[in-house]
Amino acid sequence: MRRTLWLLIALALVVAYPLVFTTPFQQRLGALVLLYAIAASAWNIVGGYAGQISVGHVVFFGCGAYAAMGAYTHFALSPLVGIPAGIVFAVLIAAVIGRPTLRLSGHYFSMATIAVAELARLIVTNTEYLGAAVGLSGPTVARNVFDLSFISALPYYYLFLAVLIITLAITWWMTRSRMGFYLRAIKDSERAARSLGAPASRIKLYAYMLSAGLTSVAGALYAMMFGFVDPESGLGILISVKILIMAALGGAGLLFGPFVGAAILVPLEEISNSLLGGKGAGLTFVVYGAIIVLIARFQPGGILALINRLWAKRRAKPMDESIAQEAGHAS
Amino acid sequence: MTFTLVQVIVGGLLLGAVYALFSSGLTLVWGMMNVVNFAHGDFVMLGMYVAFVVYTLLGGGPLIGAPLATLLLATLGVIVYFGLIRDIMKGPMLAQILGTFGLALLLRYSVFWWFGANFLSLPENLVGGTFDIFGIRIQASRLLAGVVALVVTLALHLLLTRTTLGSRMLAVAEDATAAQLMGIRPDSMQAIAWAIAAGATGLAGALIATFFYIVPTVGETLGIVAFVTVSLGGFGSVPGALVAGLLIGVIESLSGYLIGAVYKDIVVYSLFLGFLWFRPQGLMGKT
Repeated sequence: MRRTLWLLIALALVVAYPLVFTTPFQQRLGALVLLYAIAASAWNIVGGYAGQISVGHVVFFGCGAYAAMGAYTHFALSPLVGIPAGIVFAVLIAAVIGRPTLRLSGHYFSMATIAVAELARLIVTNTEYLGAAVGLSGPTVARNVFDLSFISALPYYYLFLAVLIITLAITWWMTRSRMGFYLRAIKDSERAARSLGAPASRIKLYAYMLSAGLTSVAGALYAMMFGFVDPESGLGILISVKILIMAALGGAGLLFGPFVGAAILVPLEEISNSLLGGKGAGLTFVVYGAIIVLIARFQPGGILALINRLWAKRRAKPMDESIAQEAGHAS
Repeated sequence: MTFTLVQVIVGGLLLGAVYALFSSGLTLVWGMMNVVNFAHGDFVMLGMYVAFVVYTLLGGGPLIGAPLATLLLATLGVIVYFGLIRDIMKGPMLAQILGTFGLALLLRYSVFWWFGANFLSLPENLVGGTFDIFGIRIQASRLLAGVVALVVTLALHLLLTRTTLGSRMLAVAEDATAAQLMGIRPDSMQAIAWAIAAGATGLAGALIATFFYIVPTVGETLGIVAFVTVSLGGFGSVPGALVAGLLIGVIESLSGYLIGAVYKDIVVYSLFLGFLWFRPQGLMGKT
């Protein structure tokens, strides 16, 4: 009950944010936080809940981004049409590469996903149909509202919020379903889960496909907001890394972890970029790197896990004392 | 035609020897501690920049650059071991991957921030001229890099198999607790392994800097090359890394020559995925 109340308050704050902070910079920042929160939450399904650390999720992000811009460039359709197309491509790619890749455990899986992402980037960079090194552009002037080409960031903000809520609802539903239980069992010990009859390979593949589809939506939305996609912005390894770091910083395997991570790192990046200009790009990633090293070293569960633990400790304290007293009585 | 082909193969072998050198560092740490260093390629990149700085500040060639890069990177390896690896080794998989990945970003973008994203290179005549052996032209810089890398990789193999230190390190790799009971400190052995692994990358970086392009993101490509080499050569095996490194050097050179330079990375990455996908049982090693 308390939890629902807190959630409603948080939701009200998120809905009110662009109405309170009205400068273009602030609204754009808010929209970007939500966008990365979508991507990181999608990653969380396979990276957090299933424990398969994918460093190649940008492949799916790129599927969405290229499908959205391709729908406009090649078929003069609304980029919105690219969303379902992107989902189909991403899920198909996930199904094809997922089968052999998910058999690999731990480091091997992460390395294979990096190789897949780099391979995709190299192939697209050499494919004329996908704009090669230059990339594809969206509509410069909106023909109608379905082109989703707005000057203000406000419409994007609410669009992204709606998609984020859907993504989190799907994640929540998944964790409560049979699949969620299987995933937790697989993450704890795949061998034990298998020996108890959990269809581990199939469940991991489903999680991977679901995560891929949702990531491609984030990619499509990104391309719509920026109006173009090129190999670096649509398939660069740094996007995978950003998504992963946001989820890990907030708390991988926790429903709101990725959102918390995005809400910390996106403003950090945007502000450091605007303060430092072109030179900031390098420095931002130095800070990113330092943050991940520190999380890995001191708080591998992420910030939200730390907060939850402190919270639980505070509430558990009186209980500890009563237990101590009882123990005293007994002796 | 045949002469050009032979020349391409020789060039591939010489570059492959350097690949073998830095990959044997990765395979050593991997085999000994079951930790994968995602920053390995960036260590090589640092070695290249050390060589570059040595040249711009002191005007020195690889004779000064290579030992200095080896020493500096070995020190960095020890620092990284005690500061990060020792703790994340025992942690969850996510922490291990994040930790070394974060380190990679930290190193790559510190260099990016300091030197910029421009392609740098050392003057071509730093290591004098070109040899002509039976009509095959070989740049002296490539010959030096290949030969030194080959010798050092073989020396590393001898160190691991023929000396007391090597036996101790293997004992720790086999069972750290048992080794400790025999009076071997796992901590020291693992720190030495990191010093050797990182030192090898420093040396390799300083050697290829004499003919390779120098750019902060080069570590990403080289890191993947190291992963391919290790997965091909077998987990924890230095001789395996040597054979695989030479093979990859040749494959890369040939595909660059026969199908075009832009496709050589595509060939190497596909090869890597092919190996991971179709021969994973060979990669899983002892476990």
